[in-house]
Amino acid sequence: MTNTHHEPLMRIVKRSESTFKHKVIIRLIAVLLALVIDAMFIYFVTGLNPFAVYTTMFQGTFSNPMRFSWAMRDLASLLLVGIALAPAFKMRFWNIGAEGQVLVGALATAAVMVYYGGKLPNALLYPTMLIAALAAGALWGFVPGVFKAKFGTNETLFTLMMNYVAIQLVACCVNIWRGQASGLGKLNMKSKAGWFPQVFGQRYNINLIVVVLLVVLMYCYLRYTKQGYEISVVGESENTARYAGINVGKVIIRTMILSGALCGLTGFLIVGGRDQTISTGTAGGNGFTAIIVAWLAKFNTFYMALISFLLIFLEKGAGEIASAYNLNDFASDIIAGIILFCILGSEFFINYKPIFRSSKQTSIGKEVA
Amino acid sequence: MKKFIALVLAAMLCMLACSALAADLKVGVILVGDETEGYTLSHMNGVKEAAANLGIAENQIIWKYKTPEDQTCYDAALDCIGQGCNLIISNSYGHQTYMVLAAEEYPDVTFVSMTGDFAALTGLDNFKNAFTKVYEARYVSGVVAGMKVAELLASGELSPEKQPNSFDADGNVKIGYVGAFDYAEVVSGYTAFFLGIRSVVPNVVMEVNYTNSWFDIDKEAAAAEALIAKGCVIIGQHADSTGAPAATQKLQDAGTLCYCVGYNIDMIPTAPTAALTSPTNVWSVFYTQLMNAMINGEEIAADWAEGFATDAVKLTDLNTAICAAGTVEKVEEVIAGIKDGSVKVFDASSFTVGGQTLSSSEVDMTIMDWATMTVAYEGQKYEAIVDGAFAESDFRSAPYFALRIDGITEIK
Repeated sequence: MTNTHHEPLMRIVKRSESTFKHKVIIRLIAVLLALVIDAMFIYFVTGLNPFAVYTTMFQGTFSNPMRFSWAMRDLASLLLVGIALAPAFKMRFWNIGAEGQVLVGALATAAVMVYYGGKLPNALLYPTMLIAALAAGALWGFVPGVFKAKFGTNETLFTLMMNYVAIQLVACCVNIWRGQASGLGKLNMKSKAGWFPQVFGQRYNINLIVVVLLVVLMYCYLRYTKQGYEISVVGESENTARYAGINVGKVIIRTMILSGALCGLTGFLIVGGRDQTISTGTAGGNGFTAIIVAWLAKFNTFYMALISFLLIFLEKGAGEIASAYNLNDFASDIIAGIILFCILGSEFFINYKPIFRSSKQTSIGKEVA
Repeated sequence: MKKFIALVLAAMLCMLACSALAADLKVGVILVGDETEGYTLSHMNGVKEAAANLGIAENQIIWKYKTPEDQTCYDAALDCIGQGCNLIISNSYGHQTYMVLAAEEYPDVTFVSMTGDFAALTGLDNFKNAFTKVYEARYVSGVVAGMKVAELLASGELSPEKQPNSFDADGNVKIGYVGAFDYAEVVSGYTAFFLGIRSVVPNVVMEVNYTNSWFDIDKEAAAAEALIAKGCVIIGQHADSTGAPAATQKLQDAGTLCYCVGYNIDMIPTAPTAALTSPTNVWSVFYTQLMNAMINGEEIAADWAEGFATDAVKLTDLNTAICAAGTVEKVEEVIAGIKDGSVKVFDASSFTVGGQTLSSSEVDMTIMDWATMTVAYEGQKYEAIVDGAFAESDFRSAPYFALRIDGITEIK
């Protein structure tokens, strides 16, 4: 019998549908695998007790209410950007410019604080900061949106470049505002003009309230509104959208204004509620990390909250490991990175399944032949 | 005999009490870098040495590495407090605006912002600044460099005929300096270095090349190369990397006559035949005093600044293979002079500003909020020329000598 068809040891097949149970099992396996690999790394490379290290990692977020509250604060910044990116990415508009959009929003907020702080009453100052931030962010989204809609430019490169423009603008303003001091420090240190009021004891709790609201609002916007539907149709296929009578250019521009404005809002919340200052690091890479958040969650804002939490948990855990065990933080980043890698990798096995060459299948092959 | 026993008992009791207090001390150390960076490493070593001196266990110290000068610093401070720290130290200038916020909220915890400049103005008695008088060590390192220049001139190795490029139109020998930023801290340092050289060789001029970064190997190397290309025979530095010494060594190997003086760490491994010495801080002196004061419940100064007098600064090992003959003795002599007050680094008769010898110079300790052009912390004004010399680090620990003296040009 000659079987000329050589069957590979393993084939990858796309799954049509994964059950919820199946997804949970795969993710649990991924976490377990990550913990085992990490345990080996921790034991053989750093010589520490893996269980103690895991406990420490857990403590990075959960050892006391203050740390938990900080984790929530940082989660808010990341999740806000994720929410802002969701409509753009759902439209298959590769908005790599969130970092810059957040920065210009933050810069506009800071500029209002510097030039109007103490001159406007707070009741006017906060709305001015907010409007400036929304406008600046919207502009940073509008420009690449228009170019994409009118001239078909590549939005990935365009939004990426806009980041550098924003970073340089911030660097320039910081350099002017710092005057003869070596650094900018907190803005309006003495008058505290433009600093958010404390809600439940923390200024950044306002950020948390806003992010909770936006999780729900964005979920509803994308799922239940006409505009949300238009976004998903444009994302699936521009031609279909045109055939259905959707003005694709208008949807692109409108969505990018929304995405940019929400990034601007994030900048406003970071400056007013969290930092009370600005630097080129204000967005802190969240503009890029949020892309992972939005994609992994498939633009479901509730999943985005979970994934943001996981990322923040890993980051805080890694920091705590480095501090508690006097490890170089590269080592602790490897520990967190392995967990992230396994969890991201598990997504592959949720969408695809490997099929191994087996006797059963060989016999099927024979029958077909 | 009874008296003696009583004394011994009292002493033992006291020691017990002290060691009990030493066990109560928990220190949070907030660092801008980690052990891979010379500046942070020297602070880490200082803290560790102080802890070892006072019997403070390793688990009584919490390290926060790579803490940027932003909200992270405040978080790190609060996190340390949450873990029971009653002393928080931060090692970078920009940390202080975040340290002060934590200090306002936690009056029972002592905060020390190293190199900061407004602790005394805040009115908080749990917030301190500290800095060494490293300009003294820079002056002495200038003397070492001056001796070398004098030797080169005397031997004829350095002469207007052989190196016309190394002399300006008036016949002054060119010196170069790689500076980080144009702040008083750097100005004070390079001026001390220059005055040290000029105390040995009167006819010198110096050019300062700024990198606008505290740590940038490439920029520092490029700045040094540019200065050497202009003919500078000595390269001093106030930036934290090994870039300038490495560049000096490279050009020396290529046949150029040039030597360098480093900073913070011994540069001889980097530049074996080019590095003369490095001025450096001995942070353990301050940290030992600080922790000791904490253990004994004593107050420490809001502005701590000490130099050779308590060995808080020093020179790293002299590169005896290339240093001029008699350098070791000369260094000892100058250090002794600084200690007994007979040598004043900023002796007003040794320099001029705009052609004038200064008899008076006002310094203002006010801290401005430059963004809004308002006063952040109101400070006093002082007459800085005291007993014929500029009184650096007397009115606060952070340097405030920002005069641009004749003979030095800055390239920006």
